[in-house]
Amino acid sequence: MEFAELIKTPRVDGVVLHRPFMPTVEGTLCLTGHHLILSSRQDNTEELWLLHANIDSIEKRFVGSLGTIIVKCKDLRVIQLDIPGMEECLNIASSIEALSTLDSVSLMYPFFYRPLFEVIEDGWQLFVPEEAFKDLESMTDEWRLSEVNKDFSVCPSYPSLLTVPKDIDDESLCKAASFRHGGRFPVLSYYHKKNGMVMMRAAQPLTGTNGRRCKEDEKLINATLCAGKRGYIIDTRTIAVAQQAKARGGGFEQEANYPQWRRIHKAIERSNVLQEGLIKLVEACNDQSHSMDRWLSKLEASNWQSNVKEILTTACLAAQCIDREGASVLVHGTEGTDSTLQVTSLAQIILDPACRTIRGFEALIEREWLQAGHPFQQRCAQSAYSNGKPRSEAPVFLLFLDCVWQILRQFPCSFQFNENFLIMLFEHAYASQFGTFLGNSVAERLKLLLSQKTVSLWSWVNRPQELERFLNPLYEPNNLVIWPSVAPQSLLLWEGVFLRWNRSTKCLDEAYQEMVHIIEYNKELQNKVNSLRRQLAQLETEDGPLQTP
Amino acid sequence: MEHIRTPKVENVHMIDRLTPRKSTVGTLYLSSTHTIFVENSEARKETWVLHSLVYNVERFPTNPSGSPLIIRCKNFHVYRLLIPQERDCLDVLASLTRLSRPECYGELFCFSFNPNLDKELREKAWGFIDLKAEFNRMGIPSNLWHVTAANHEYRASICRSSQPLSGFSARSSDDEQMLQAIMKSNPISEFMYVVDTRPKLNAMANRAAGKGYENEDHYTNIKLQFIGIENIHVMRNSQQKLIDVGELAAPSMSDFLWGLENSGWLKHIKAVLDAGVFIAKAVAEDGVSVLVHCSDGWDRTAQACSVASVLLDPYYRTIKGLMVLIEKDWVSFGHKFSHRYAHLDGDPKEVSPVMDQFLECVWQLMQQFPCAFEFNERFLIQLHTHIYSCQYGNFIGNCQKERRDLRLQERTHSLWPHLWENRAEYTNPLYRTDHSQTQGVLKPLTTAYCFKFWKGMYGRAEKSVASHQSPADCLNAVREESQQLEEELSAHQERLAQLKEKKTSGGRKKTNKLSERVRRPIPTESKLSSPLDYFTTTRSEKHTPSFTLPLELAAPPKNGDPDDLSTCSDFESGVADLSSRSSFFFFFFFTCNSEKI
Repeated sequence: MEFAELIKTPRVDGVVLHRPFMPTVEGTLCLTGHHLILSSRQDNTEELWLLHANIDSIEKRFVGSLGTIIVKCKDLRVIQLDIPGMEECLNIASSIEALSTLDSVSLMYPFFYRPLFEVIEDGWQLFVPEEAFKDLESMTDEWRLSEVNKDFSVCPSYPSLLTVPKDIDDESLCKAASFRHGGRFPVLSYYHKKNGMVMMRAAQPLTGTNGRRCKEDEKLINATLCAGKRGYIIDTRTIAVAQQAKARGGGFEQEANYPQWRRIHKAIERSNVLQEGLIKLVEACNDQSHSMDRWLSKLEASNWQSNVKEILTTACLAAQCIDREGASVLVHGTEGTDSTLQVTSLAQIILDPACRTIRGFEALIEREWLQAGHPFQQRCAQSAYSNGKPRSEAPVFLLFLDCVWQILRQFPCSFQFNENFLIMLFEHAYASQFGTFLGNSVAERLKLLLSQKTVSLWSWVNRPQELERFLNPLYEPNNLVIWPSVAPQSLLLWEGVFLRWNRSTKCLDEAYQEMVHIIEYNKELQNKVNSLRRQLAQLETEDGPLQTP
Repeated sequence: MEHIRTPKVENVHMIDRLTPRKSTVGTLYLSSTHTIFVENSEARKETWVLHSLVYNVERFPTNPSGSPLIIRCKNFHVYRLLIPQERDCLDVLASLTRLSRPECYGELFCFSFNPNLDKELREKAWGFIDLKAEFNRMGIPSNLWHVTAANHEYRASICRSSQPLSGFSARSSDDEQMLQAIMKSNPISEFMYVVDTRPKLNAMANRAAGKGYENEDHYTNIKLQFIGIENIHVMRNSQQKLIDVGELAAPSMSDFLWGLENSGWLKHIKAVLDAGVFIAKAVAEDGVSVLVHCSDGWDRTAQACSVASVLLDPYYRTIKGLMVLIEKDWVSFGHKFSHRYAHLDGDPKEVSPVMDQFLECVWQLMQQFPCAFEFNERFLIQLHTHIYSCQYGNFIGNCQKERRDLRLQERTHSLWPHLWENRAEYTNPLYRTDHSQTQGVLKPLTTAYCFKFWKGMYGRAEKSVASHQSPADCLNAVREESQQLEEELSAHQERLAQLKEKKTSGGRKKTNKLSERVRRPIPTESKLSSPLDYFTTTRSEKHTPSFTLPLELAAPPKNGDPDDLSTCSDFESGVADLSSRSSFFFFFFFTCNSEKI
């Protein structure tokens, strides 16, 4: 087996583990193909099981023959291992490095993981496009499910089934695809039941410098407009960036060719800039010696909060066009796989109460991220501690989760899930025993046979035992559109992720428990009162005939 | 009344800068104590602004739609008016300018405020907080010294004074002996701390004026510690910068964070909290007594001692306890309320947000210890308002003697019983007396990232930038419902027992109809109703619970802002409601002008 070659020293005794907010543990360090394990072999000491895939980078230090390895994880945790013996330490370090940077996806842990629970509801079968289309069909008959991409040749990053306007045939779709970056022609993202307006997404049009146009593309998006109505094209890039894209064959929709559409440019950063921001932010959060001035200026310099604000504002704008202006919207940036998806998915959370339930949110991630072709594997290959040159890593999904958290914080009663659910998704997007976030597209996932060879995250999460941790006790279903504040003072640093390992959360956890306690007590009382009411009612009906007027 | 040039102006617009369609038209009235705006709408909603809460009034050049006037309040509310006639605007400006700057104590609102209490009740109310009882509670006098409840195993104490008049070489053997006595009163420690809350440089500069700090050679067994809280002038300027940040029109995230950093405000809050943490640690963990002083002993010293008290003694984290603490460490120790909070027209250099900072330290602690405090954020904000409002007599004057001379107890009312009666509004649902966070000493982190911008306090410049609907309000509703359920439960149980008994004895009695199921008021999330105009890079969106004065508060925002119930009905309306074109114009007007400021 290949892993054995990479593991130079499988076990070392007398290793001391330092973790934030936990007592140090001395024990035996073992390396397996997928885990770093530290066990003290004492009954009541917690062991450490760390997925190699969760390791972002490591540092080695030596004092005499005592070596220290600092392990920096993708979930932003930093742990320290003191290893006696220089050779052992070097061996362990190089093994970890090799095992945490395996190139082949099929060697990843999800292919080896066997669940210890019975899969009752297979997450792989939970969210199929056909089902979503049935829902749509019940509301409107203006759309159809096209199989034009069934062999992924029209657009490699799209799924095989796509929802498109009924009047547009597959041939036109192919032509429109050839006019859009990566073949990502405009497809339906969301149907707003209240007024029949829609949100579509695509990649940039390939107008190039000489202003190429494509009749089929124009016809395709015009088919989504009601007679006499105008729509909005939300380009997630600034006009300057969109202009520059022309030189590389890209571009944006010219007014002359799309007279029924008004184009709005926003300024969501490109992914490599976002990655730099993440690195700077985490660096600032991890330095506890900062003075107030330095902390605030580093927070500002990371631009993280600015990115959150810009993404959220753009999503609100899209939602506003649909709900308030009664207009249909097309969203795109360059590739249509990053900022576009942030905007379309957040807009749905604002508009559609179903997306604020656990199942609905899972479905949203399936639809707008996994099936829509967000390249998870590339984006989440490295996190904030990567010291190599960034390739295509970017915290696009983490920013989306951060924005959801901001809305959740502003509407604490409108979501069925709590913050822990979002943090769990962040962790699993970066390193997981489940196959859900492997691969970069539906096509890649099919090729990897993920649904046969790995377990879906949803199969695990949706078990009642697990779900309990993720339920928001304050949830009261709310059918309204929720408009978040995007004022800087309303947007906070997501401490649950960024300060998670820097300060004890004991008091905050206690507050959460107290909240749960108050609500559970209330439910218990309600049950008691209801059952007494029934008893009383029964007794009194029995007595009824005897009662004197 | 002679200061009111015009008692009534009609067709005045109250502008909402962020959501212009929420601007309203109404009539403006000036009374001797309040500015009152009554909307022309059917609801005839009233906004009352107490003259003594007005910080300044600013007029802008007349434009075709009228004369704009901005009223800024000491509790950070801002009201933007548009008055049709320039002459009326000038009259309002002149009247308000005069009325908001009373020249003598007799003009203050507390002397005319009459909540219809009889004399007896009023006197009783003044006895609500009894400091003698408080010293008894602390166990003073004891054999050795006064002791706080938190450190009863030790005998360490916190004492306070002003700076010694040491200059470069002066000394006082009496003072040295007194410190020695304090030190000795704590049998378990061989030294004591003298905490000078000033930056060392400032303390040294004071020596040139014959003042300064203790010379460690002259005093046996003392350790001198400088903490570095800046003086009142630095704090005043810092807060002004912070307020400016809150008033920025459509700031970017960078504008906001840069403004926050540049104001230095959180740095100062951290310094005050650090001082409290140092003292609390010395007393509770090291068992060392502490003498705290600054220059005069009534500003930074009061801050440091009261923060330390909150950390050390759970009693001060209760509603009544915080009242006692303010009465003890601030009112009775001679904090210069009337100077610091500009109750009278006077020297602007005496004004400084000393209490604001103390209250904010408590708020910052509430963020770290959500279960530790009996009161909520609303309580702190209410206290803040009343420190400035002059509606009650508690905070009038600059020392005990002045207060006695003003015969405040006979002529004004006390705030404390009023707050106490309404304590349900100010209660933190997460507080439980038997919770671990309510026991013992609080040990907060004071790393820079632990400090937050206090949105509930400083984010109120715009009516529509609001605090979110808080989980705490939902929880309070749930708890209220639980209480009703408990009552219903016991009623049902009783009835059931009765019925069963009757059944066995064969007796019959007509029953009352069962009450309807108690329904928890579902918290309306008020922001639902109105999006901002996200087209422009605008910012914010919703209503603050409008704290209109007089301070019998508008209904607490349990169910969200009552205002927003009305906006729910316009839920179907378009985004930027431009039907009132003029208000849209005002919006631009104000945006432009405030950028000039």
